[in-house]
Amino acid sequence: MSLLINKPGVLTTVQDLGRFGWRRFGVNPNGPMDPAAARIANILVGNDDNAAFLEMHFPAPEIVFERKSVFSFCGADLGAELNGQPVVPWQAVVADPGSTLRCAYKACGERAYLAVRGGIEVPSWLGSASTNLAAHIGGHKGRRIMKEDRLRLKSANEKLPKHLPGVGPSLIPRYSRSPTLRVIAGAELEVAGHIPQLTEMSFTISPDSDRMGFLLSGDETRARCDPVSISSAVGFGTIQLTPDGQMILLMADHQTTGGYPRIAHVASADLPLVGQLGPGDSITLEIIAIEEAERLALLFERDLSLLRVACRLAYE
Amino acid sequence: MSGAWRIFPLGDSALTIEIGTVISAELNSLAISIADHFQEHPFPGFIEAVPAYASTTIFYDIAEVRRAFPKEPTAFGIVKRLTAAAAERSVEQPPLSGRLVTIPVQFDPASSPDLEYLAEMSGMSSEQVVDIFTATTYRVFMSGFLPGFSYMGIVDMRIAVPRLETPRKCVPRGSVGIAGTQTGIYSIASPGGWRIIGRTDVEIFTPDAAQPSLLRPGDQVRFTRAE
Repeated sequence: MSLLINKPGVLTTVQDLGRFGWRRFGVNPNGPMDPAAARIANILVGNDDNAAFLEMHFPAPEIVFERKSVFSFCGADLGAELNGQPVVPWQAVVADPGSTLRCAYKACGERAYLAVRGGIEVPSWLGSASTNLAAHIGGHKGRRIMKEDRLRLKSANEKLPKHLPGVGPSLIPRYSRSPTLRVIAGAELEVAGHIPQLTEMSFTISPDSDRMGFLLSGDETRARCDPVSISSAVGFGTIQLTPDGQMILLMADHQTTGGYPRIAHVASADLPLVGQLGPGDSITLEIIAIEEAERLALLFERDLSLLRVACRLAYE
Repeated sequence: MSGAWRIFPLGDSALTIEIGTVISAELNSLAISIADHFQEHPFPGFIEAVPAYASTTIFYDIAEVRRAFPKEPTAFGIVKRLTAAAAERSVEQPPLSGRLVTIPVQFDPASSPDLEYLAEMSGMSSEQVVDIFTATTYRVFMSGFLPGFSYMGIVDMRIAVPRLETPRKCVPRGSVGIAGTQTGIYSIASPGGWRIIGRTDVEIFTPDAAQPSLLRPGDQVRFTRAE
């Protein structure tokens, strides 16, 4: 029993929360651009946070549910419809066999997450279902989803939940086309002589941006600086300064190491906001202390635990 | 050399211990042994450790670290302390010697689009460039860039040429490249800017293997002319 892909959408991939433990061999984690939306989508259908799901962009795929399924649609508002009826996002929904999911428009955000009860079944590579597009491995056949693909679903309890759980407004991220991102200072922030300008400027995401990273353009007033030095590890959310004075914000498919100055790192709590951006959107940076970043991350984890408990009860 | 490092956050879920800022086998060896220490003795919330030329980065789960050490105010502080302790311990241990891996390489014109350029730049024949290249035993300093790609060194200064100004759209798998004093093998086909001087049939990255990467940080590599 499967999901049948009628139309593939512009970039649809199978992901889970990422492939961890292999960065020291150059294998990066991949995983969702908006980890919060992906985790919430899974929790709403009673899955483990790490079950495999679909990440989609707009134009989105057209998908037929071949079995009766409980699913959830989180992240970007892509005007999802099930058999022509609007789908309430951030909530569990029941799809009858043969029903079709399609998306009508893009209202807010760039990436939506479809989780189905049980999760998508793909061969695990190095312990993860995430698609590594650069290496053509992982996920569904190591590639983006194509027309007529059939994605098998893991077997799930047929019993419907007592009620269809949803998410309270406090957990739904406040997506914006011009968010202020909280960042932690990077090791070379001062080397680059950027502190005054960095937080006073707005940066625009250039068209040369993808799942690997966002190229940021701002005023040309910024000091140039030498490429650091010798390479070291970088992470999802690291902002690097290139020798020509541009900044790169590393995203989910980033390379594991880099040699450019590390200016700042987006706080985990704000990665979901970044993950919903696309070319033309702009960001402003606000530097916060590590204590504050940890506090925000733990706050989100606590809210997620509460949601998990509520959803577990619904599926008991 | 106790304390001759600095530890700084790489965001809120990772930190880097920087042991130095130059490429040396000694610093690299210490970076690898710190990473190995955590791989073998993970703390609660440890995700992974990534050694580089002269640093190691530790990735961790904030919530799990804090749960295991509830009395301390930040996960960063806890992991920083554990990392400093691991570094102190690693300094006292003799450096591990990596395995020696021999990699046969074809240096024929079809496999080596930049060999002529190297010969011209260094004022030698292609033969001599290959002689110099194969005379050195290289150290695997770190992995990165591509799955299974290793940064190796140190390439003889006489043949250490800079990268291409415009990277190629597709460098075939197995291509052996030079970028300054570094050498590396394209583990998969990829865009890339290293100067390609040969190609190997040895599988550098085997996705289906339990250990997909042939080379590990700390290994020694010798290139030979393929028969």
